[in-house]
Amino acid sequence: MAEGTELQAQETEKQELVESGAERTRERRAFVPRVDIYETNDAIAVVADMPGVDADSLEISLEQNVLTINGYIDDVQPEDYALAYAEYRTGDYVRSFTLSNQIDQSKIEAKVRDGVLRLHLPKVTPTTKKIAVSAG
Amino acid sequence: MLSNPFDFRSSYREMERLRREMNQLFEQLDRGPRLSVAAAYPAMNVWTNADGAVVTAELPGMNPEDLEISVHGDTLSLRGSRPAEEVEEGVTYHRRERGSGQFRRSFQLPFNVDSNKVDAKYERGVLHIFLPRAESDKPKKIQVTSA
Repeated sequence: MAEGTELQAQETEKQELVESGAERTRERRAFVPRVDIYETNDAIAVVADMPGVDADSLEISLEQNVLTINGYIDDVQPEDYALAYAEYRTGDYVRSFTLSNQIDQSKIEAKVRDGVLRLHLPKVTPTTKKIAVSAG
Repeated sequence: MLSNPFDFRSSYREMERLRREMNQLFEQLDRGPRLSVAAAYPAMNVWTNADGAVVTAELPGMNPEDLEISVHGDTLSLRGSRPAEEVEEGVTYHRRERGSGQFRRSFQLPFNVDSNKVDAKYERGVLHIFLPRAESDKPKKIQVTSA
């Protein structure tokens, strides 16, 4: 779906985070990043669009199968300029996922480049052996 | 002093005043210009001062070489394409929210741009385009001499 397709205006919309459960303590707008999640035989991959975020401003945690991505944005405003017209707002990013598979926590890899986070979550290789049940 | 409760006109005025005050409060909370709806991808913010403007756009995951910026007079044109994620065959998608494809957008600025001095940088998925105002377009100060 590379050539031919066109990015539509509605794809500029950013979904603002609605408080649910735990409240945030940072006085700042927060957005839900757009993600792709796909699964291969041995891993789950999460790709998240988080423009403005770099390796230092990212926080990723996995707790009891809940994966949480936090991206903190420091508003960098062009010096000596005033915002005259706005089509988007900036803010932190927050999103959580419940993972259904067992993830090998020690082998999680996270990379961020050009505002895109790529998470590689390898599944635990099953160590239990199948036990054959024989009738008798 | 309490107003006459049967005087609807004055209570209406009071409500109006309250409403205005509330609006002002919210406007102060949300400083800056109102959010406009982007006519096309990508969304843009425009920062200005007397010497020019800075246009910013969130374009995560782009290859800067795939971005084409041009300026003609007071019109900024931006085009490019955002690559689709390369995945091996046979993967199962659970979520697919990130878009990919081509985009093209033109934007009219309130002044003519000195196209020789346009500069752009792409950092952390955010594009900044620096657009200096053309010297010939800048307002001229007129000296007033006493006769």
